[in-house]
Amino acid sequence: MSTEEVKETASVLSVHDDSIKVTEVLKEGDTLTFIIVSQKLSGTGEYHVDRTYEDFEWLQQHLFSQGDVPGIQGVIFPPLPAKPQVNASPRSIKQLGFLALGECQPYCKALETFLQQVAAHSILSKNKAVEVFLTSSDPPGRQKVKKNIFNRLSQAVEEMRKEGHKDVDEFFQNERDHNLILTGCTKTAAEKFLDVVATEQKIAVACGHFSTALHLCVEPGEDPDKQAFSRVCVKLSEVFESIKKNMTSVAENNVNTLGLGLDLESRYQEAEREMLFRRTCKLVELENAQRNVEKAKPVKKAAMEEVKKAAETEFEHTSGVAKQEIARFQGARVEMLQQALVGWCEKQLLTAKESADQFNQHLEVFRGMA
Amino acid sequence: MADTARDAPPEQTDFHELEDGEELFPEPATTQESQPASLAAEDISTNSNGPKQDSLFDDDPEDLFAEATEEVSLDSPERDVLLSDGPSPAITPITPPTSVITPRIGHTHDDMFTHSSFDEIEEEEGGDSFDIHISVSDPEKVGDGMNAYMAYKVTTKTSMSLFKRNEFAVKRRFSDFLGLHSKLASKYLHIGYIVPPAPEKSIVGMTKVKVGKEDQSSNEFVEKRRSALERYLMRTVKHPILLKDPDVLQFLESSELPRAVSTQALSSAGLLRMVNKAADAVNKMTIKMNESDAWFEEKQQHFENLDVQLRKLHTSVESLVCHRKELSVNTAQFAKSAAMLGNSEDHTALSRALSQLAEVEEKIDQLHQDQANADFYLFSELLGDYVRLLTAVKGVFDHRMKTWQKWQDSQMLLQKKREAEAKLQFTNKPDKLQQAKDEIKELEGKVQQGERDFEQISKTIRKEVSRFEKERVKDFKTIIIKYLESLVQTQQQLILELVLEKLV
Repeated sequence: MSTEEVKETASVLSVHDDSIKVTEVLKEGDTLTFIIVSQKLSGTGEYHVDRTYEDFEWLQQHLFSQGDVPGIQGVIFPPLPAKPQVNASPRSIKQLGFLALGECQPYCKALETFLQQVAAHSILSKNKAVEVFLTSSDPPGRQKVKKNIFNRLSQAVEEMRKEGHKDVDEFFQNERDHNLILTGCTKTAAEKFLDVVATEQKIAVACGHFSTALHLCVEPGEDPDKQAFSRVCVKLSEVFESIKKNMTSVAENNVNTLGLGLDLESRYQEAEREMLFRRTCKLVELENAQRNVEKAKPVKKAAMEEVKKAAETEFEHTSGVAKQEIARFQGARVEMLQQALVGWCEKQLLTAKESADQFNQHLEVFRGMA
Repeated sequence: MADTARDAPPEQTDFHELEDGEELFPEPATTQESQPASLAAEDISTNSNGPKQDSLFDDDPEDLFAEATEEVSLDSPERDVLLSDGPSPAITPITPPTSVITPRIGHTHDDMFTHSSFDEIEEEEGGDSFDIHISVSDPEKVGDGMNAYMAYKVTTKTSMSLFKRNEFAVKRRFSDFLGLHSKLASKYLHIGYIVPPAPEKSIVGMTKVKVGKEDQSSNEFVEKRRSALERYLMRTVKHPILLKDPDVLQFLESSELPRAVSTQALSSAGLLRMVNKAADAVNKMTIKMNESDAWFEEKQQHFENLDVQLRKLHTSVESLVCHRKELSVNTAQFAKSAAMLGNSEDHTALSRALSQLAEVEEKIDQLHQDQANADFYLFSELLGDYVRLLTAVKGVFDHRMKTWQKWQDSQMLLQKKREAEAKLQFTNKPDKLQQAKDEIKELEGKVQQGERDFEQISKTIRKEVSRFEKERVKDFKTIIIKYLESLVQTQQQLILELVLEKLV
């Protein structure tokens, strides 16, 4: 995920990975189209492309199906956010979590992060599909990609049993154990934080209602008492508009900093988990192959030996790439979370100061009211 | 209800104990003494104008302590408990409730109920600026099981000459408050005064307390009630007439209070029922009051509208309070999950940062709770109070109609009697004729009184409404200022927490 590697080696990708932006989303009926802008490496301008979610899936499929790249199974694939829906069902909203909130900002940001991380990845960025996706003015082919060798983790029971298979390498066993714990904790934290934001939004709405109801209390008339009460109602209505604004900002800040951070972390932990699982599967394959060699009748022994060697090589490549990926991942996620926390703190501080000022102003108005 | 039970104007004795050496017609500024009053012998007279309101008040001027002993011997277990409860040092020793009629009222006491005397009270009020603060505190459970009750400490701080001391406290229970309201309502509602309603009874809430459930909801209930009682008393004493009522003074000052017997006493729900009954009675007569005064019609409409608006606002605020409480719960849960995440995290700096996040979120949770309380206790209760107050306002308007009705009835009866008398003129029944003439004379008096009553109540209501409207604006402003102050404070505390988080 560091950009240096991309720039050092000759890469197929012709844009700056950190310049990739999802600038807007267009709604046509039920389809959502995302506008993606990226700066040319040559410095001669930028690419503008429009892509649907299906196009993103196309890209992901291509990345998954690079069976010929050695050790590809050890890659922690940048996670693609779940599919957005125009009239989202409650289940899909729940699945999207933070990304379903707000207009499209969080979701677009998540897509942007996905693309940036793919483009910055030393192995993945070399795939032609990435270049095509980011630069081709035509939509990438929607033809079915050959079945990819990656299976999602939501597998049959036997697959799940493999997940618990003891490792031969202490480093990896630790990483697997740790990942399991962190995945659970992160998911829970993200969910709870989402609840907080949802309630904040409810409060904002309730304040809006109260503010409107106050306006209904305004009575016309010359009566000084009536006028005094009407004034009070109008001013109080403004106060609650301020409270509403404050709550809305607080919720937005939460989403855009910590919310996105927890969401990304959660999805990345899952991605690491999948990678570790793939490696474990390779380990199981290797151990099976070893057993087969031992058990094989002399006639078959050579063939089995070949199979075992192939499995060994693949496992080593996978483990090698995995180790690199893990190191990079750990560094990146810590930095990402720290930035999210700092960003959260700064944004909330700013909002709190602004609100304190506003509330103070209202207070002065009321104190000054005869 | 007192209203229907008596025809004669209710008893009104305005008690004011004279201090040592105080003159009969004192200057407005008087000093506060803290010893029990001794009474100038020459001015003792009791007002007996119709049926006694409270049988406990003895006529006998010599034995001024008769009532005191009587009260004490009203021996009920609670009374013993109250006595042995260790009264706070601020509580005044048992003071005799009866005393001299204050000279301000004395010379007009025959006219006590031509309410012009109340006008005089109000006008003379100028000498003593309104300075009184009442707090209800220290809820204490007394007794056990279903006979248990909460005793509240009622502390009064004042510089007004109306009171013997500047600061004093008594212990009261909820039924005492209801009893006070019942007395005030029976005395003043039907002549047009807006008597603040007492807080609601709550069987569920109280049962929990009695049974000894020491959980958050029963604590909240007690706090809610305590706050409501405090607001109730403050509203009552803010009323210039009610403040001087002897029942009010006794309630605030007297360490012993006769147990309010009828605690199907007037809660505001009871009041509402009573008002509705009165309203029904008026409607049943199918006589449309000839509203010659557009002011009343307009005001009634205005209060109808206000009632609707306030109820809407109240619902709105309650929803807000609900969400805030939810936010507090969710924040606390998030804080826990963030702490867990911090614990699971290997990376030291990140782990520490996450743990700090958890701490900040816990503090934010506390702030949310405080804010929810502010929302509730300031706005929600204020709006609820006013919805209930409007019931009392409607009540006085209805009483005015009843008064008018009574007057009309007397007039019609008079008319009939006159016609009957005219007929009798031609018969040879001198004693019947005399009887008729007598009846007519009596009725003429009644008609006159009826008209006077109607005019008086109309006048009183006008004044009361004006006072109510002004109070309403003041009340709302005060609460809003308090609320804004709490908002500002919350934000500032939040800023502090965030700044600290940033520094570490």
